[in-house]
Amino acid sequence: MISIENISKWYGDFQVLTDCTTHVGKGEVVVVCGPSGSGKSTLIKCVNGLEPVQQGRILVEDADVTAKGTNLTRLRSRIGMVFQHFELYPHMSVRENLCLGQQKVLVRSRDEANAKAEALISRVGLLPHIEKFPGQLSGGQQQRVAISRALAMDPIAMLFDEPTSALDPEMINEVLDVMVELAQDGMTMMVVTHEMGFARKVADRVVFMDAGRVVEDRATEEFFGNPESERAQDFLSKILNH
Amino acid sequence: MNYNWNWGVLFEGEYLGWLISGVGWTFAVALAAWVLALAVGVLVGVGRTLPSKPVATLCTAYVELFRNVPLLVQLFLWYFVMPEIVPDDLGRWMKRDMPNPEYVTAVIGLGLYTASRVAEQVRAGINAVGPGLTSAAYANGFSTAQTYRYVLLPISFRLIVPPMTSEFLTIFKNSSLALTIGLLELTAQSQQIAEYTFQGFEAFTAATVIYVVIALGATVIAQTLEKYTRIPGYVGKD
Repeated sequence: MISIENISKWYGDFQVLTDCTTHVGKGEVVVVCGPSGSGKSTLIKCVNGLEPVQQGRILVEDADVTAKGTNLTRLRSRIGMVFQHFELYPHMSVRENLCLGQQKVLVRSRDEANAKAEALISRVGLLPHIEKFPGQLSGGQQQRVAISRALAMDPIAMLFDEPTSALDPEMINEVLDVMVELAQDGMTMMVVTHEMGFARKVADRVVFMDAGRVVEDRATEEFFGNPESERAQDFLSKILNH
Repeated sequence: MNYNWNWGVLFEGEYLGWLISGVGWTFAVALAAWVLALAVGVLVGVGRTLPSKPVATLCTAYVELFRNVPLLVQLFLWYFVMPEIVPDDLGRWMKRDMPNPEYVTAVIGLGLYTASRVAEQVRAGINAVGPGLTSAAYANGFSTAQTYRYVLLPISFRLIVPPMTSEFLTIFKNSSLALTIGLLELTAQSQQIAEYTFQGFEAFTAATVIYVVIALGATVIAQTLEKYTRIPGYVGKD
Protein backbone atom coordinates (compact mmCIF):
# COMPACT_ATOMS: atom_id res chain seq x y z
CA MET A 1 0.00 0.00 0.00
CA ILE A 2 2.67 2.51 1.08
CA SER A 3 6.19 1.87 -0.04
CA ILE A 4 9.06 4.16 0.92
CA GLU A 5 12.18 3.41 -1.10
CA ASN A 6 15.60 4.82 -0.24
CA ILE A 7 14.50 8.39 0.36
CA SER A 8 16.86 11.18 1.40
CA LYS A 9 15.93 14.74 2.25
CA TRP A 10 17.86 17.90 2.97
CA TYR A 11 16.94 21.26 4.47
CA GLY A 12 19.62 23.36 2.78
CA ASP A 13 22.88 21.67 3.70
CA PHE A 14 21.40 19.73 6.59
CA GLN A 15 20.42 16.17 5.82
CA VAL A 16 17.28 15.21 7.76
CA LEU A 17 16.60 11.83 6.15
CA THR A 18 19.25 9.41 4.91
CA ASP A 19 18.33 6.50 2.69
CA CYS A 20 15.12 5.54 4.53
CA THR A 21 13.22 2.46 3.40
CA THR A 22 10.10 0.88 4.81
CA HIS A 23 6.62 -0.14 3.79
CA VAL A 24 3.08 -0.43 5.12
CA GLY A 25 1.00 -3.27 3.74
CA LYS A 26 -2.76 -3.14 3.33
CA GLY A 27 -4.44 -3.39 6.73
CA GLU A 28 -1.10 -3.14 8.50
CA VAL A 29 -0.32 -0.87 11.44
CA VAL A 30 3.26 0.41 11.52
CA VAL A 31 4.52 2.48 14.44
CA VAL A 32 7.45 4.83 13.85
CA CYS A 33 9.37 5.78 16.98
CA GLY A 34 12.69 7.25 17.96
CA PRO A 35 14.24 10.14 19.87
CA SER A 36 13.19 13.68 19.01
CA GLY A 37 14.93 15.11 15.99
CA SER A 38 15.33 11.66 14.46
CA GLY A 39 13.24 12.58 11.41
CA LYS A 40 10.12 10.51 12.09
CA SER A 41 7.65 13.39 11.64
CA THR A 42 9.47 14.49 8.51
CA LEU A 43 9.28 10.95 7.15
CA ILE A 44 5.52 10.69 7.62
CA LYS A 45 4.95 14.11 6.04
CA CYS A 46 6.77 12.89 2.95
CA VAL A 47 4.24 10.10 2.47
CA ASN A 48 1.48 12.44 1.30
CA GLY A 49 3.86 14.97 -0.23
CA LEU A 50 3.54 17.68 2.41
CA GLU A 51 7.34 17.60 2.46
CA PRO A 52 9.25 17.05 -0.78
CA VAL A 53 12.12 14.58 -0.91
CA GLN A 54 15.26 15.02 -2.98
CA GLN A 55 16.15 11.36 -3.53
CA GLY A 56 14.38 8.03 -3.63
CA ARG A 57 10.71 7.43 -4.23
CA ILE A 58 7.45 6.82 -2.37
CA LEU A 59 4.59 4.82 -3.82
CA VAL A 60 1.07 4.91 -2.46
CA GLU A 61 -0.86 2.12 -4.13
CA ASP A 62 0.37 2.73 -7.66
CA ALA A 63 0.83 6.49 -7.48
CA ASP A 64 4.36 7.84 -7.24
CA VAL A 65 4.25 10.66 -4.68
CA THR A 66 7.73 11.85 -5.55
CA ALA A 67 7.28 11.98 -9.33
CA LYS A 68 6.76 15.30 -11.06
CA GLY A 69 3.26 15.73 -12.43
CA THR A 70 1.59 13.49 -9.85
CA ASN A 71 -1.74 14.95 -8.79
CA LEU A 72 -0.87 15.42 -5.12
CA THR A 73 -4.21 17.06 -4.33
CA ARG A 74 -6.09 13.97 -5.44
CA LEU A 75 -3.66 11.66 -3.71
CA ARG A 76 -3.94 13.54 -0.41
CA SER A 77 -7.72 13.39 -0.49
CA ARG A 78 -7.36 9.59 -0.25
CA ILE A 79 -4.93 9.55 2.67
CA GLY A 80 -6.13 10.75 6.06
CA MET A 81 -3.73 12.64 8.29
CA VAL A 82 -3.87 13.54 11.97
CA PHE A 83 -1.50 16.13 13.43
CA GLN A 84 0.11 16.71 16.80
CA HIS A 85 -1.70 20.02 17.28
CA PHE A 86 -5.07 18.85 15.84
CA GLU A 87 -5.20 21.66 13.23
CA LEU A 88 -8.99 21.78 13.12
CA TYR A 89 -10.42 24.73 11.19
CA PRO A 90 -11.02 27.11 14.11
CA HIS A 91 -13.66 29.22 12.34
CA MET A 92 -15.95 26.28 11.67
CA SER A 93 -18.10 24.09 13.89
CA VAL A 94 -17.25 20.42 14.35
CA ARG A 95 -19.93 19.58 11.79
CA GLU A 96 -18.47 21.97 9.21
CA ASN A 97 -14.96 20.65 9.87
CA LEU A 98 -16.18 17.19 8.91
CA CYS A 99 -18.31 18.30 5.97
CA LEU A 100 -16.06 20.80 4.18
CA GLY A 101 -13.72 18.28 2.58
CA GLN A 102 -16.55 15.92 1.71
CA GLN A 103 -18.48 18.65 -0.07
CA LYS A 104 -15.66 20.59 -1.71
CA VAL A 105 -13.23 17.80 -2.56
CA LEU A 106 -15.40 14.69 -2.91
CA VAL A 107 -18.40 16.77 -4.11
CA ARG A 108 -20.88 15.00 -1.87
CA SER A 109 -24.28 16.53 -1.28
CA ARG A 110 -24.89 18.40 1.95
CA ASP A 111 -27.22 15.68 3.25
CA GLU A 112 -24.81 12.91 2.46
CA ALA A 113 -21.91 14.79 4.09
CA ASN A 114 -23.99 15.57 7.16
CA ALA A 115 -25.09 11.96 7.58
CA LYS A 116 -21.50 10.79 7.35
CA ALA A 117 -20.33 13.47 9.79
CA GLU A 118 -22.97 12.56 12.35
CA ALA A 119 -22.24 8.85 12.09
CA LEU A 120 -18.51 9.38 12.56
CA ILE A 121 -18.82 11.87 15.37
CA SER A 122 -21.22 9.53 17.21
CA ARG A 123 -18.62 6.79 17.00
CA VAL A 124 -16.15 8.92 18.96
CA GLY A 125 -18.88 9.93 21.41
CA LEU A 126 -19.04 13.64 20.53
CA LEU A 127 -22.46 13.97 18.90
CA PRO A 128 -23.67 16.41 21.61
CA HIS A 129 -20.74 18.70 20.69
CA ILE A 130 -21.25 18.70 16.92
CA GLU A 131 -22.31 22.35 16.70
CA LYS A 132 -19.45 23.59 18.91
CA PHE A 133 -16.27 25.23 17.68
CA PRO A 134 -12.85 23.58 18.16
CA GLY A 135 -11.81 26.28 20.65
CA GLN A 136 -14.64 25.18 22.92
CA LEU A 137 -13.45 21.57 23.16
CA SER A 138 -10.70 19.90 25.20
CA GLY A 139 -7.54 18.67 23.49
CA GLY A 140 -8.66 15.05 23.58
CA GLN A 141 -12.04 15.95 22.09
CA GLN A 142 -10.37 18.03 19.37
CA GLN A 143 -8.09 15.18 18.42
CA ARG A 144 -11.05 12.79 18.18
CA VAL A 145 -12.75 15.30 15.89
CA ALA A 146 -9.56 15.52 13.82
CA ILE A 147 -9.51 11.74 13.40
CA SER A 148 -13.18 11.82 12.36
CA ARG A 149 -12.47 14.61 9.87
CA ALA A 150 -9.82 12.47 8.23
CA LEU A 151 -12.11 9.41 8.20
CA ALA A 152 -14.92 11.41 6.60
CA MET A 153 -12.92 11.34 3.37
CA ASP A 154 -13.04 7.51 3.31
CA PRO A 155 -9.25 7.25 3.23
CA ILE A 156 -7.38 4.17 2.02
CA ALA A 157 -4.77 4.78 4.76
CA MET A 158 -4.26 6.98 7.80
CA LEU A 159 -1.13 8.84 8.88
CA PHE A 160 -0.75 9.92 12.51
CA ASP A 161 1.95 12.44 13.44
CA GLU A 162 2.39 12.23 17.23
CA PRO A 163 -1.38 12.37 17.83
CA THR A 164 -1.12 12.30 21.63
CA SER A 165 2.02 14.35 22.26
CA ALA A 166 0.17 17.63 22.81
CA LEU A 167 -2.44 16.14 25.15
CA ASP A 168 -2.75 16.19 28.91
CA PRO A 169 -2.05 12.70 30.30
CA GLU A 170 -5.67 12.02 31.26
CA MET A 171 -6.82 12.63 27.69
CA ILE A 172 -4.36 10.37 25.95
CA ASN A 173 -6.41 7.21 26.39
CA GLU A 174 -9.61 8.55 24.87
CA VAL A 175 -7.64 9.23 21.67
CA LEU A 176 -5.69 5.96 21.75
CA ASP A 177 -8.94 4.01 22.21
CA VAL A 178 -10.26 5.48 18.97
CA MET A 179 -7.03 4.55 17.21
CA VAL A 180 -7.03 1.01 18.57
CA GLU A 181 -10.58 0.52 17.37
CA LEU A 182 -9.61 1.85 13.95
CA ALA A 183 -6.68 -0.56 13.77
CA GLN A 184 -8.90 -3.48 14.75
CA ASP A 185 -11.32 -2.52 11.96
CA GLY A 186 -8.47 -3.15 9.53
CA MET A 187 -7.42 0.40 8.66
CA THR A 188 -3.96 0.77 7.15
CA MET A 189 -2.07 3.03 9.56
CA MET A 190 1.33 4.64 9.89
CA VAL A 191 1.71 6.13 13.35
CA VAL A 192 4.51 8.30 14.72
CA THR A 193 4.20 7.99 18.49
CA HIS A 194 5.97 7.48 21.80
CA GLU A 195 3.06 5.41 23.12
CA MET A 196 4.76 2.03 23.41
CA GLY A 197 1.68 0.46 24.99
CA PHE A 198 -0.24 1.31 21.84
CA ALA A 199 2.55 -0.07 19.68
CA ARG A 200 2.60 -3.37 21.58
CA LYS A 201 -1.14 -3.72 21.41
CA VAL A 202 -1.87 -3.04 17.76
CA ALA A 203 1.30 -2.54 15.73
CA ASP A 204 2.34 -5.20 13.25
CA ARG A 205 5.78 -3.68 12.88
CA VAL A 206 7.87 -1.03 14.59
CA VAL A 207 10.24 1.25 12.71
CA PHE A 208 12.90 2.78 14.93
CA MET A 209 14.64 5.90 13.64
CA ASP A 210 17.71 7.75 14.82
CA ALA A 211 19.52 10.71 13.24
CA GLY A 212 17.50 10.52 10.03
CA ARG A 213 18.04 6.82 9.43
CA VAL A 214 15.83 3.78 9.80
CA VAL A 215 17.77 1.80 12.39
CA GLU A 216 15.31 -1.05 12.93
CA ASP A 217 12.24 -2.19 11.02
CA ARG A 218 10.92 -5.36 12.64
CA ALA A 219 7.86 -7.21 13.83
CA THR A 220 6.56 -5.75 17.07
CA GLU A 221 7.33 -8.69 19.40
CA GLU A 222 10.86 -8.94 18.03
CA PHE A 223 11.46 -5.24 18.46
CA PHE A 224 10.35 -5.16 22.08
CA GLY A 225 11.73 -8.59 22.98
CA ASN A 226 15.09 -8.36 21.38
CA PRO A 227 16.07 -5.07 19.79
CA GLU A 228 19.20 -5.49 17.69
CA SER A 229 20.82 -2.10 17.84
CA GLU A 230 22.33 -0.56 20.91
CA ARG A 231 20.54 2.69 20.12
CA ALA A 232 17.11 1.00 20.22
CA GLN A 233 17.95 -0.90 23.41
CA ASP A 234 18.98 2.36 25.02
CA PHE A 235 15.82 4.12 23.81
CA LEU A 236 13.56 1.35 25.07
CA SER A 237 15.23 1.12 28.46
CA LYS A 238 14.70 4.85 28.89
CA ILE A 239 11.03 5.00 27.99
CA LEU A 240 9.87 1.64 29.37
CA ASN A 241 11.48 1.81 32.81
CA HIS A 242 10.10 4.94 34.33
CA MET B 1 -6.64 88.00 20.86
CA ASN B 2 -8.91 90.22 18.94
CA TYR B 3 -11.09 87.84 16.95
CA ASN B 4 -14.65 88.24 15.94
CA TRP B 5 -16.27 84.85 16.59
CA ASN B 6 -19.15 83.97 14.32
CA TRP B 7 -20.20 80.31 14.42
CA GLY B 8 -23.33 81.23 12.52
CA VAL B 9 -21.33 81.51 9.33
CA LEU B 10 -21.17 77.74 9.15
CA PHE B 11 -24.93 77.54 8.88
CA GLU B 12 -25.41 80.19 6.23
CA GLY B 13 -26.90 78.67 3.11
CA GLU B 14 -23.97 79.02 0.76
CA TYR B 15 -21.24 78.00 3.19
CA LEU B 16 -23.25 75.14 4.68
CA GLY B 17 -23.73 73.91 1.14
CA TRP B 18 -19.96 73.99 0.57
CA LEU B 19 -19.35 71.98 3.73
CA ILE B 20 -21.94 69.38 2.78
CA SER B 21 -20.54 69.12 -0.73
CA GLY B 22 -17.05 68.75 0.75
CA VAL B 23 -18.17 65.92 3.01
CA GLY B 24 -19.78 64.27 -0.01
CA TRP B 25 -16.56 64.37 -2.03
CA THR B 26 -14.52 63.18 0.95
CA PHE B 27 -16.79 60.14 1.25
CA ALA B 28 -16.78 59.60 -2.51
CA VAL B 29 -12.98 59.61 -2.73
CA ALA B 30 -12.35 57.63 0.44
CA LEU B 31 -14.92 54.90 -0.24
CA ALA B 32 -14.05 54.40 -3.91
CA ALA B 33 -10.34 54.37 -3.08
CA TRP B 34 -11.05 51.88 -0.29
CA VAL B 35 -12.79 49.50 -2.69
CA LEU B 36 -9.82 49.74 -5.06
CA ALA B 37 -7.36 49.33 -2.17
CA LEU B 38 -9.15 46.23 -0.87
CA ALA B 39 -9.34 44.58 -4.30
CA VAL B 40 -5.71 45.25 -5.23
CA GLY B 41 -4.41 44.85 -1.68
CA VAL B 42 -5.95 41.42 -1.14
CA LEU B 43 -4.60 40.15 -4.48
CA VAL B 44 -1.12 41.52 -3.82
CA GLY B 45 -1.09 40.36 -0.18
CA VAL B 46 -2.14 36.83 -1.15
CA GLY B 47 0.37 36.92 -4.01
CA ARG B 48 3.22 37.55 -1.59
CA THR B 49 2.39 34.34 0.30
CA LEU B 50 2.01 32.05 -2.74
CA PRO B 51 4.55 29.29 -3.40
CA SER B 52 5.24 30.75 -6.87
CA LYS B 53 8.47 32.78 -6.74
CA PRO B 54 7.80 35.13 -9.71
CA VAL B 55 4.34 36.07 -8.40
CA ALA B 56 5.66 36.69 -4.88
CA THR B 57 8.51 38.83 -6.20
CA LEU B 58 6.20 40.89 -8.38
CA CYS B 59 3.85 41.52 -5.45
CA THR B 60 6.74 42.44 -3.15
CA ALA B 61 7.94 44.93 -5.76
CA TYR B 62 4.46 46.49 -5.87
CA VAL B 63 4.37 46.92 -2.10
CA GLU B 64 7.84 48.42 -1.88
CA LEU B 65 7.18 50.82 -4.76
CA PHE B 66 3.85 52.18 -3.57
CA ARG B 67 4.61 52.13 0.13
CA ASN B 68 7.90 53.99 -0.09
CA VAL B 69 6.94 56.99 -2.23
CA PRO B 70 5.14 59.78 -0.35
CA LEU B 71 1.41 59.85 -1.11
CA LEU B 72 1.55 63.52 -2.11
CA VAL B 73 4.29 62.78 -4.64
CA GLN B 74 2.25 59.87 -5.98
CA LEU B 75 -0.79 62.11 -6.47
CA PHE B 76 1.35 64.65 -8.37
CA LEU B 77 2.84 61.88 -10.49
CA TRP B 78 -0.60 60.54 -11.42
CA TYR B 79 -2.03 63.98 -12.09
CA PHE B 80 0.80 65.93 -13.70
CA VAL B 81 3.29 63.38 -15.01
CA MET B 82 1.17 60.39 -16.10
CA PRO B 83 -0.65 62.19 -18.95
CA GLU B 84 2.73 63.21 -20.42
CA ILE B 85 4.31 59.76 -20.48
CA VAL B 86 1.42 57.67 -21.80
CA PRO B 87 0.81 57.49 -25.59
CA ASP B 88 -0.21 60.90 -27.01
CA ASP B 89 -3.86 60.06 -27.68
CA LEU B 90 -4.43 58.71 -24.21
CA GLY B 91 -2.59 61.66 -22.66
CA ARG B 92 -4.72 64.11 -24.59
CA TRP B 93 -7.86 62.29 -23.50
CA MET B 94 -6.72 62.34 -19.86
CA LYS B 95 -6.08 66.09 -19.98
CA ARG B 96 -9.08 67.16 -22.02
CA ASP B 97 -11.92 64.65 -22.02
CA MET B 98 -11.60 62.44 -18.95
CA PRO B 99 -14.65 63.12 -16.77
CA ASN B 100 -13.87 64.45 -13.30
CA PRO B 101 -10.07 64.19 -13.66
CA GLU B 102 -9.30 65.35 -10.10
CA TYR B 103 -11.67 62.79 -8.62
CA VAL B 104 -10.53 59.87 -10.78
CA THR B 105 -6.87 60.68 -10.16
CA ALA B 106 -7.39 60.98 -6.40
CA VAL B 107 -9.18 57.62 -6.26
CA ILE B 108 -6.47 55.87 -8.27
CA GLY B 109 -3.59 57.47 -6.40
CA LEU B 110 -5.03 57.02 -2.95
CA GLY B 111 -6.39 53.55 -3.75
CA LEU B 112 -3.16 52.11 -5.14
CA TYR B 113 -1.11 53.62 -2.32
CA THR B 114 -3.44 52.23 0.36
CA ALA B 115 -3.46 48.87 -1.46
CA SER B 116 0.23 48.45 -0.63
CA ARG B 117 -0.58 48.91 3.06
CA VAL B 118 -3.62 46.61 2.89
CA ALA B 119 -1.45 43.99 1.16
CA GLU B 120 0.95 43.99 4.10
CA GLN B 121 -1.90 43.50 6.56
CA VAL B 122 -3.32 40.64 4.50
CA ARG B 123 0.10 38.99 4.24
CA ALA B 124 0.63 39.33 7.99
CA GLY B 125 -2.81 37.84 8.63
CA ILE B 126 -2.15 34.83 6.40
CA ASN B 127 1.24 34.25 8.00
CA ALA B 128 -0.35 34.47 11.44
CA VAL B 129 -2.67 31.55 10.63
CA GLY B 130 0.42 29.37 10.54
CA PRO B 131 1.83 26.49 8.53
CA GLY B 132 0.03 23.80 10.57
CA LEU B 133 -3.46 24.66 9.33
CA THR B 134 -2.18 25.03 5.78
CA SER B 135 -0.72 21.52 5.95
CA ALA B 136 -3.98 20.22 7.41
CA ALA B 137 -5.98 21.75 4.56
CA TYR B 138 -3.65 20.27 1.95
CA ALA B 139 -3.75 16.91 3.74
CA ASN B 140 -7.56 17.14 3.64
CA GLY B 141 -7.29 17.17 -0.15
CA PHE B 142 -7.79 20.87 -0.85
CA SER B 143 -6.08 22.60 -3.75
CA THR B 144 -4.10 25.79 -3.09
CA ALA B 145 -7.06 27.91 -4.20
CA GLN B 146 -9.46 26.02 -1.93
CA THR B 147 -7.03 26.26 0.99
CA TYR B 148 -7.04 30.05 0.65
CA ARG B 149 -10.76 30.30 -0.04
CA TYR B 150 -12.02 28.15 2.84
CA VAL B 151 -9.29 28.24 5.47
CA LEU B 152 -6.57 30.89 5.21
CA LEU B 153 -8.58 33.92 4.09
CA PRO B 154 -11.62 33.51 6.38
CA ILE B 155 -9.35 33.26 9.41
CA SER B 156 -6.83 35.93 8.43
CA PHE B 157 -9.56 38.45 7.51
CA ARG B 158 -10.94 38.12 11.04
CA LEU B 159 -7.48 38.54 12.53
CA ILE B 160 -6.76 41.76 10.64
CA VAL B 161 -9.99 43.65 11.36
CA PRO B 162 -8.29 45.94 13.94
CA PRO B 163 -5.32 47.03 11.76
CA MET B 164 -7.62 47.32 8.75
CA THR B 165 -9.80 49.69 10.74
CA SER B 166 -6.76 51.95 11.11
CA GLU B 167 -6.18 51.81 7.36
CA PHE B 168 -9.81 52.70 6.74
CA LEU B 169 -9.57 55.72 9.03
CA THR B 170 -6.30 56.71 7.39
CA ILE B 171 -7.81 56.68 3.93
CA PHE B 172 -10.40 59.27 5.06
CA LYS B 173 -7.72 61.49 6.49
CA ASN B 174 -5.39 61.00 3.52
CA SER B 175 -8.20 61.96 1.16
CA SER B 176 -7.59 65.56 2.26
CA LEU B 177 -4.44 65.55 0.11
CA ALA B 178 -6.70 65.51 -2.93
CA LEU B 179 -7.15 69.25 -2.45
CA THR B 180 -3.64 69.69 -3.87
CA ILE B 181 -4.80 68.49 -7.27
CA GLY B 182 -7.92 70.60 -7.11
CA LEU B 183 -10.60 68.35 -5.68
CA LEU B 184 -13.04 70.32 -3.52
CA GLU B 185 -13.33 67.84 -0.68
CA LEU B 186 -13.90 68.73 2.97
CA THR B 187 -10.53 70.34 3.71
CA ALA B 188 -10.56 72.34 0.48
CA GLN B 189 -14.09 73.59 1.16
CA SER B 190 -13.17 74.62 4.70
CA GLN B 191 -10.19 76.51 3.37
CA GLN B 192 -12.44 78.22 0.85
CA ILE B 193 -14.93 79.23 3.54
CA ALA B 194 -12.03 80.63 5.59
CA GLU B 195 -10.86 82.69 2.63
CA TYR B 196 -14.32 84.04 1.80
CA THR B 197 -15.42 84.85 5.34
CA PHE B 198 -12.15 85.31 7.25
CA GLN B 199 -13.66 82.90 9.83
CA GLY B 200 -10.78 80.42 9.71
CA PHE B 201 -11.22 79.09 13.23
CA GLU B 202 -14.83 78.19 12.66
CA ALA B 203 -14.25 76.69 9.24
CA PHE B 204 -11.38 74.43 10.30
CA THR B 205 -13.08 73.53 13.57
CA ALA B 206 -16.01 72.30 11.49
CA ALA B 207 -13.66 70.20 9.34
CA THR B 208 -11.95 68.80 12.45
CA VAL B 209 -15.23 67.85 14.08
CA ILE B 210 -16.54 66.23 10.92
CA TYR B 211 -13.35 64.16 10.42
CA VAL B 212 -13.48 63.00 14.04
CA VAL B 213 -17.16 62.05 13.79
CA ILE B 214 -16.51 60.06 10.62
CA ALA B 215 -13.59 58.29 12.30
CA LEU B 216 -15.54 57.47 15.44
CA GLY B 217 -18.44 56.18 13.36
CA ALA B 218 -16.09 53.94 11.37
CA THR B 219 -14.52 52.67 14.59
CA VAL B 220 -17.89 51.68 16.01
CA ILE B 221 -18.78 49.86 12.79
CA ALA B 222 -15.43 48.03 12.85
CA GLN B 223 -15.89 46.97 16.47
CA THR B 224 -19.33 45.61 15.67
CA LEU B 225 -17.85 43.71 12.72
CA GLU B 226 -15.11 42.33 14.93
CA LYS B 227 -17.60 41.16 17.53
CA TYR B 228 -19.91 39.65 14.94
CA THR B 229 -17.17 37.66 13.17
CA ARG B 230 -15.33 36.52 16.29
CA ILE B 231 -14.48 32.82 16.35
CA PRO B 232 -15.72 31.19 19.58
CA GLY B 233 -12.83 30.05 21.74
CA TYR B 234 -10.16 31.13 19.25
CA VAL B 235 -8.59 34.53 19.93
CA GLY B 236 -9.53 37.34 22.26
CA LYS B 237 -11.98 37.14 25.07
CA ASP B 238 -15.29 35.26 25.04
